Amino acid sequence: MGRYVIRRLLQMIPVFIGATLLIFLMVNVMGDPIQGLCGNKACDPATAAQLRREFGLDKPVWQQYLTYMGHVFEGNFGTAFNGQPVIDLMAAAFPVTIRLTIVAIIFEIIIGIALGVVTGLRRGRPVDTTVLLLTLVVISVPTFVTGLLIQLLLGVEWNVISPSVSPEAPFNELIVPGLVLASVSLAYVTRLTRTSIAENRRADYVRTAIAKGLPRRRVVVRHLLRNSLIPVVTFIGTDIGSLMGGAIVTERIFNIHGVGYQLYQGILRQNSQTVVGFVTVLVLVFLVANLLVDLLYAVLDPRIRYA
Amino acid sequence: MPEHTPGGPGDGAIAPTGAGGQMDIATEGAGPGPAPGGPEEGGFGQPRSLWSDAWHDLRRNPVFIISSLVILFLIVISIWPSLIASGNPLSCDLAHAQDGPSPGHPFGFNGQGCDVYTRTVYGARASVTVGVCATAGVAVVGSILGGLAGFYGGTWDALLSRLTDIFFGIPVVLGGLVLLSVITSSTVWPVVGFIVLLGWPQIARIARGSVITIKENDFVQAARALGASDSRMLLRHIMPNAIAPVIVVATIALGTFISLEATLSFLGVGVKPPTVSWGIDISSASPYVRNAPHMLLWPAGALAITVLAFIMLGDAVRDALDPKLR
Amino acid sequence: MRGATHAKWAAGAVAVALTATACGGGGGGSSSGSGGANGIVSASWGDPQNPLEPANTNEVQGGKVLDMIFRGLKRYNPKTAKAENWLAQSITTKDSQNFNVTVKKGWTFSNGEKITAKSFVDAWNYGAYLKNNQVNAPFFQYIDGYDAVHPTTGQPSAKTMSGLKVTGPQTFTVRLSQKFSMWPDTLGYAAFSPLPSVFFTDHAKWLSKPIGDGPYTISSYTKGSQMKLRKWKNYPGPDKAKNGGVDLKVYTDNNTAYTDLTAGNLDLVDDIPASQLKNVKSDLNGRYLNTPAGIIQTIAFPFYNKNWNGKNSAKLRTGLSMAINRAQITKTIFENTRTPATDWTSPVLGTAGGYQHGLCGKACVYNPAEARKLIKEGGGIPGGRMTITYNADTGSHKEWVDATCNSINNVLHNNKACVGAPVGTFADFRSRITQHKMSGPFRAGWQMDYPLIQDFLQPLYYTNASSNDGKFSSPKFDKLVNQANAETDRTKAVKLFQQAEGVVRDQMAAIPLWYQNGSAGYSDRVSNVELNPFSVPVYGDIKVK
Repeated sequence: MGRYVIRRLLQMIPVFIGATLLIFLMVNVMGDPIQGLCGNKACDPATAAQLRREFGLDKPVWQQYLTYMGHVFEGNFGTAFNGQPVIDLMAAAFPVTIRLTIVAIIFEIIIGIALGVVTGLRRGRPVDTTVLLLTLVVISVPTFVTGLLIQLLLGVEWNVISPSVSPEAPFNELIVPGLVLASVSLAYVTRLTRTSIAENRRADYVRTAIAKGLPRRRVVVRHLLRNSLIPVVTFIGTDIGSLMGGAIVTERIFNIHGVGYQLYQGILRQNSQTVVGFVTVLVLVFLVANLLVDLLYAVLDPRIRYA
Repeated sequence: MPEHTPGGPGDGAIAPTGAGGQMDIATEGAGPGPAPGGPEEGGFGQPRSLWSDAWHDLRRNPVFIISSLVILFLIVISIWPSLIASGNPLSCDLAHAQDGPSPGHPFGFNGQGCDVYTRTVYGARASVTVGVCATAGVAVVGSILGGLAGFYGGTWDALLSRLTDIFFGIPVVLGGLVLLSVITSSTVWPVVGFIVLLGWPQIARIARGSVITIKENDFVQAARALGASDSRMLLRHIMPNAIAPVIVVATIALGTFISLEATLSFLGVGVKPPTVSWGIDISSASPYVRNAPHMLLWPAGALAITVLAFIMLGDAVRDALDPKLR
Repeated sequence: MRGATHAKWAAGAVAVALTATACGGGGGGSSSGSGGANGIVSASWGDPQNPLEPANTNEVQGGKVLDMIFRGLKRYNPKTAKAENWLAQSITTKDSQNFNVTVKKGWTFSNGEKITAKSFVDAWNYGAYLKNNQVNAPFFQYIDGYDAVHPTTGQPSAKTMSGLKVTGPQTFTVRLSQKFSMWPDTLGYAAFSPLPSVFFTDHAKWLSKPIGDGPYTISSYTKGSQMKLRKWKNYPGPDKAKNGGVDLKVYTDNNTAYTDLTAGNLDLVDDIPASQLKNVKSDLNGRYLNTPAGIIQTIAFPFYNKNWNGKNSAKLRTGLSMAINRAQITKTIFENTRTPATDWTSPVLGTAGGYQHGLCGKACVYNPAEARKLIKEGGGIPGGRMTITYNADTGSHKEWVDATCNSINNVLHNNKACVGAPVGTFADFRSRITQHKMSGPFRAGWQMDYPLIQDFLQPLYYTNASSNDGKFSSPKFDKLVNQANAETDRTKAVKLFQQAEGVVRDQMAAIPLWYQNGSAGYSDRVSNVELNPFSVPVYGDIKVK
């Protein structure tokens, strides 16, 4: 077990190098970022050339990459075009986004799994149909619209929340944005749990447990749910990273200055230093999340072992 | 695509692919051969394969029939939108912008003054193609790679899993701007390819997790002890049992892929005009939801019905494949 | 009201919610919310793209701050756009090429340093010097010696411009490399602001909290989230701030800022999202501004492409212009926050400044029959299909481009004659323009740097000018502009520029679409809100109740 974890952690190194290289190349392929810095005017050629030198963009890509990696190992993630060190941007954005993601994941776990269990045990009943309809609404109405309507309703009409989140973004202000962010994933978690539960409730071990006379609650939680959670856990594991990096819409609606926004800005402005820095951290998050998921497999299903 | 006449040769091939995928599963399994049954095969009469059993069940399942009919309908209007819409989706008069329903225009007009009903009907082609083909591609690539990784474990698993980690890390916005901005084609295929490229890791993960659990089951161990080949174990015993979460995720993803196409269009790299799609109409109607919700309602409703049909179909197929429900 | 709603939250999570309320900003519930002359205005803001140096800020968000913390030799009157002497005692010239500048005594930077002639000369030399990476460096290009500090290629051979000479504590002379009679009027632009010596001695410290000579000082600046500006009590100028300060809050989406405004959490939003324009009257109860700004939107053509620069192409371009129903688009898509253009300048110049209503004549009036005829005579749309290229990432251009194309298509009775062609990023869009990769018309917008007719014509249509994106070239136009610049009499100069504009019209060098207005909404806590001709709010004049 310990060796397994160590091996997995060592695998981070090639992934780290691969991901940074890939992203670096992708941002580079997008072309010359300098033209975007001069507003609606053409950049004065001399200034443009000077800026290119300043940002090292006049060098070949491989050399830019090596220089960049050299700096990264010294803990220097470079600077954004507005002169702000990328490490500062990350320090400002990641804590906020992590809080938002935690809120969203908690919603997924609590609401998603609860709804999944209920609908899985009562397939075809009104509660199942209602949840299905809600699922359809969540999938077919863009997050932008649900977010906007919730914001108008709670923030302006009823005045129970502030429509925008303050720069500090404490947990209590992130409850509504977290729910909006989680909405689509909630649909996945609910249906995954529902299917798993429906599938496993006729499994032998459940029949045995019932035959033994165990209370229904205990059968559902201890036996049925535990064995049904593997696909759900897998999904949530893959979702952590996408929630962190892909919360662009939610972050915009509630004016949260998080990772999604910084990444989006960095990409549109073709600032490779910002983008590579943020994506690298996100890839590491994926690695850790997936490692945890794999370890959880063994907890949920004792037959699975890692050597 | 609109440069083709409706039902032109280029489009005829698109839609049936989606339905064909479903049919293939069933007919293949129903083919001849001794086919000893699935793990918990029971019942009377001559033993049937899991797949043919499933087909037998499906034909009698009303949910399956209804959802198939809805999907068939969607396919038909994707090929021949003019069957039910006589207008032109590109003929717009700004004077009617955001107007509500009026005679001859049952769904009203959008922000550019185009007829919402006509656009919703014509939008089906691009959206259904993107949704069905991207989902099929993601599901096939993802479940094959994920299934193999989960089944064999070890180095292959490590390699594949780390590859998915890197792919997960690529932001959709960046991938779209890099890979799609060089493409000038106004068809939906670049978008489909792009979604498959970035979408398969999630299904791969799900399939891998599922296979890892299933392969520890007694019936798999039993098959192994009986000397079943790897491919036989995977196809006959593991996949049918591991496919449920893949179907669930894929049917929901179908809806999100249709919306993703709109996101890409919003970034300027999606399906190019003059192609009409639900996604484009949904995203351009979204900011105006306060004033003219009807512009959003109809394309979003069409999307919801499509997703519903596929979710129901997926549910029915999954139930049919589950031996425990028998 | 806001305080009360937060009290509900506080019940749930006491400590955190208290912080939230205090930092929630300018609403009535916040601690800084005392009214009257000390009241704080909270306003929406966007993250400036470049560091906040005067010669390195070329967009409106950074411009807002510079407008509050800097004053230069001239200032454009917020109402009339006229350039008025501010720190300049006098700027005199005999030949339109050599200027004597006298700086007023008694002005200081907010750190107490006296403003002298040197404050200006050093700042301008810094802005022009190539190695300082200032994007506004070309603003100094008319000064003699600019080529030496900012050569087109290679390394600079001097650090200061030879055309600038300090002649006394408060006086300096400027020698231009060519005659430019209206040059003094360009000095209201922020790039010409004076800089304190700390800017040069401790640049990093200055950048983290810029120091200037305007009516406000920066009290705190958290990059990416907010900037707090406070009234500078000892400000020597006549335009003292009428409020206690301004909190600029960064919004990543103006729709959120608007929602915050309607919820009472924000006092001023200076960019109302297009989708909310229909609701603005009912939401804000009339607290809404829609005033002309020095911005014109046009469609430019690639003159380097034969398809668009043939013998009869002027007819084609004019025909396209006549196929665009400007009145309908500005009304429906923009809810009248744009005005159909009838010339290539802007109404904010005023008639004396060179704006001439209707200069474009019937070429800018929607006329389907005539448009069809001209397009046909011009050889038709090249290849039967054209695109209007725009960038998709900023400024929601899709809607008006689609509407414009629909208008052209309806005129031509062809649904696919014109389609919008989005480009993912602004940088990519600009790259394609500068590398001459456009195969058809593309969007162009021009926000004036200074309210002069010269600024609407020379940079855009003069042969090889810096923002002549379509590479339009006309010897006749160039000649008229040269004559106008040499003309010392303002009225005559304006007349010559208008003649040059006639060349632009006859050639239809670019299709003028509409003049853009500035729009803003404000809360009932504040009054006397106005936008200047650059569509920037006049923060100093805002009164808090």
